[in-house]
Amino acid sequence: MTTNSNPLAMMALDDLRVLEIGDERGAWCGKLLADMGADVIKIEPPEGDPSRQYEPFVDDEPHHERSLFFWYYNTSKRSVVMDFNDRSNADAFLKLVESADIIFDTNTYDPVGRLGVDYQQIMSDNPGLIWCTITNFGFGSSRDDEPQIDLTLAANGGFAWMNGYDDHSLPPVRGGGQQAYHTGSNYAFMSILTALLHRDATGVGQHINVNINASVNVTTEAGSYSWLVSHSTVQRQTGRHAGVAPSMPSQIMCADGRYVNTGIPPRRPAEFGLCYRWLEDEGLLDQLPEAALLLVGAELESFSLADVFRGDNEELLAIFGAGREAFDLLASKLTAYEFFTKAQNFGFQVGVIHSPEEALEDPHFVDRGMQVAVEHPELGREVIYPGAPYQLTKGSWGITRRPPLLGEHTDEVLSELG
Amino acid sequence: MPHHVKSQALSHLRICDFTGQLAGAGATKFMAAFGAEVIRIEDPSNHGRWDILRGMPPYVDDRRGPELGGPFNNHNVGKLGISLNIKTEKGRELFERLVAISDCVTENFSSGVMRSWGYDYDALKEIREDIIYVSNCGFGHSGPYEKFKTWGPIVQATSGLTMSSAIPDQPPAGWGYSYMDHTGAYFMAMAIMLAIHHRNRTGEGQYVDVAATEAALTLNGPVLLDYTVNGRPLRREGFPDANHSQFPAMAPHNIYAAQPIPGSFDEAWIAIACRNDEDWHAMRDVLVADGCDWAANDDYGQLGGRLAAQDELDSRIGEWCMRRDPFQSAELLREAGVPANAVQTPEQRIDQDVNSAEAQLWPTIRQAEMGRVRVDGIPAHFTKTDWSMTRGAAVLGEDNDYVYGELLGLSRDEIAGLHEEGVI
Repeated sequence: MTTNSNPLAMMALDDLRVLEIGDERGAWCGKLLADMGADVIKIEPPEGDPSRQYEPFVDDEPHHERSLFFWYYNTSKRSVVMDFNDRSNADAFLKLVESADIIFDTNTYDPVGRLGVDYQQIMSDNPGLIWCTITNFGFGSSRDDEPQIDLTLAANGGFAWMNGYDDHSLPPVRGGGQQAYHTGSNYAFMSILTALLHRDATGVGQHINVNINASVNVTTEAGSYSWLVSHSTVQRQTGRHAGVAPSMPSQIMCADGRYVNTGIPPRRPAEFGLCYRWLEDEGLLDQLPEAALLLVGAELESFSLADVFRGDNEELLAIFGAGREAFDLLASKLTAYEFFTKAQNFGFQVGVIHSPEEALEDPHFVDRGMQVAVEHPELGREVIYPGAPYQLTKGSWGITRRPPLLGEHTDEVLSELG
Repeated sequence: MPHHVKSQALSHLRICDFTGQLAGAGATKFMAAFGAEVIRIEDPSNHGRWDILRGMPPYVDDRRGPELGGPFNNHNVGKLGISLNIKTEKGRELFERLVAISDCVTENFSSGVMRSWGYDYDALKEIREDIIYVSNCGFGHSGPYEKFKTWGPIVQATSGLTMSSAIPDQPPAGWGYSYMDHTGAYFMAMAIMLAIHHRNRTGEGQYVDVAATEAALTLNGPVLLDYTVNGRPLRREGFPDANHSQFPAMAPHNIYAAQPIPGSFDEAWIAIACRNDEDWHAMRDVLVADGCDWAANDDYGQLGGRLAAQDELDSRIGEWCMRRDPFQSAELLREAGVPANAVQTPEQRIDQDVNSAEAQLWPTIRQAEMGRVRVDGIPAHFTKTDWSMTRGAAVLGEDNDYVYGELLGLSRDEIAGLHEEGVI
């Protein structure tokens, strides 16, 4: 377990002030900025950000200061409460804007319209300001007023079409964890950094219009380029890539009832040899009559996969079949974790299918510092958060403060502004 | 300015780029779209086949070959391409001259490949003091799995993303593609740009270690805190339940079978969510007006009642969804204020959704051998330095004359000689 970041160390974005004005769709972008040191001021309405009411709660006790959903997405930020329905807040808002390098909003609260301030004036008074808007279909889109949510955006933008089971009577699946929102926020953060580097070079800021639906659309790999390039359509398959043509299963249940993704099974001469050795190590050779074929495979001159897929070379097909049989047999004798580590030590690209919490506790990720303890004094406990998504060696990532209480920094921030 | 005025956002930056596939190539593709000069280095001795996507399907026509693969082109739009055999003495010399005039060196090889060539961070730093070296590999460059190999599905499996994508009583569905190749590339792009901003402030370069598995681990935060704080694992009876919403709790919230569209596939699906009681009341009115008296049941009026009766509710809504195609039902619901969309096929979302055109999302570029082909654009627009995409992936060595000639100052004869010798 790693403890919190060194408060004295410089962080890559600790020269920046950011105003976050919006809902859960942009909160991930704000966390990415804040955990790199930016002073992210989350402006909340008097009743608080709606996600403060989201499950799960600490000890399952609903309270706006106990939402773990809110906590996760709001580390390292400060909270200022401002009522945009009260026009007397316009001056304070403009002062905040003036102090900011970056604003990002989800077009939820419309401070410009409700406070009656002039957007064009703000941009011309603050020529270095970067203002990023994150909305479902892009600000100004004919669809942008539609009611949408992570699930419906994942359906509209292409995630769901590809994700599911061989059995097409089962529905397409939305990946867990609000990944449509994450993808929009990922593009918002990349865009903000792009505009920031331009500003570093020229001093010039600008407005950025990020579209969540479009972000999902261009995060679909073969789903999109199969259509763009050859007008072909991929179809979902259990635990593997959706394909224009069906492919072989690549997910096996192991002896402990857990799954591994076998990736690409043995397909090179050396791999057939390694597969044989693995069976030998486990004392399983006598349980697989086809094992001898693996030795034949190991002696082959190299061949192209097209020779296999053509399907007319019976010896090759039998050798490939033996490789798959060997993996099935090994999986039936080993736990998923054993299968994974042993396969990888033989050089096979295999993955254990961890639950998220198993991943967090996996010795590799623990060793790499992916458990980060953050003090929550109000509860009198430390909370373990997942750690850095990238390891910079200078100006590096850290959770600089626990998520803010509602309005915790209102007085502090407003008095800083004078 | 649609897609042909070169962006000036990053035009002051040069990247010496070994990235490939999607997990790496996607990062520098993004930066190239905003004007960065990305010089992609490929080994002429195997026609750049380190990148296994080179030459892979789909194809625009019947032609096949390393310059004709759709995915490779898609992920390398806008980059320059040079050939260079780094295992030759002269190749190393050229590489080092290139590093000396670059801001960053980027790669997503397996752990240890760059080191085996003698180019770890310290070696690169000797060539250029403020160089930024960003390495992206599945498990990162330390720890028990440093030597393990990954690609998208393995990253998703080991980080929890595959498992959390499932419905009850079924095996993991996975994602159906390499979500983490895309997203790993996004995090790599972020890391590159964060390091450049740090350099702009301090003058310091640095080494950055990006592990796609760790980026993936951060994408399940609320589930993880539910475990670390409340001790509640996602691996438990009845879970994961990804089409329902637990955080926050909502009902209905699901994907339902709908009436297929004539002439299209023999299945169609619709996603529907009621965010709160108000949404349900609006949906109830649509259902009741359509003759579904069951929806008026007071038990469903509040979230608690709907969650308690979730299976029954899902099955009745499912029956209603079979009355129309998913676009018709979605429109009815959205007009009433309820989030709903068809599960769109690639054709529907790319060519029929008005938002694709509004967003100018699929620019047509020209690649030297493939000709004109559409690619993934960037889902954001800038008022002053918007992205552009005009040229496709470079064919092998397409930019040798510019890079070796104009940037490094070699004569035509020298370039021809290096080509002859197999150095480039």
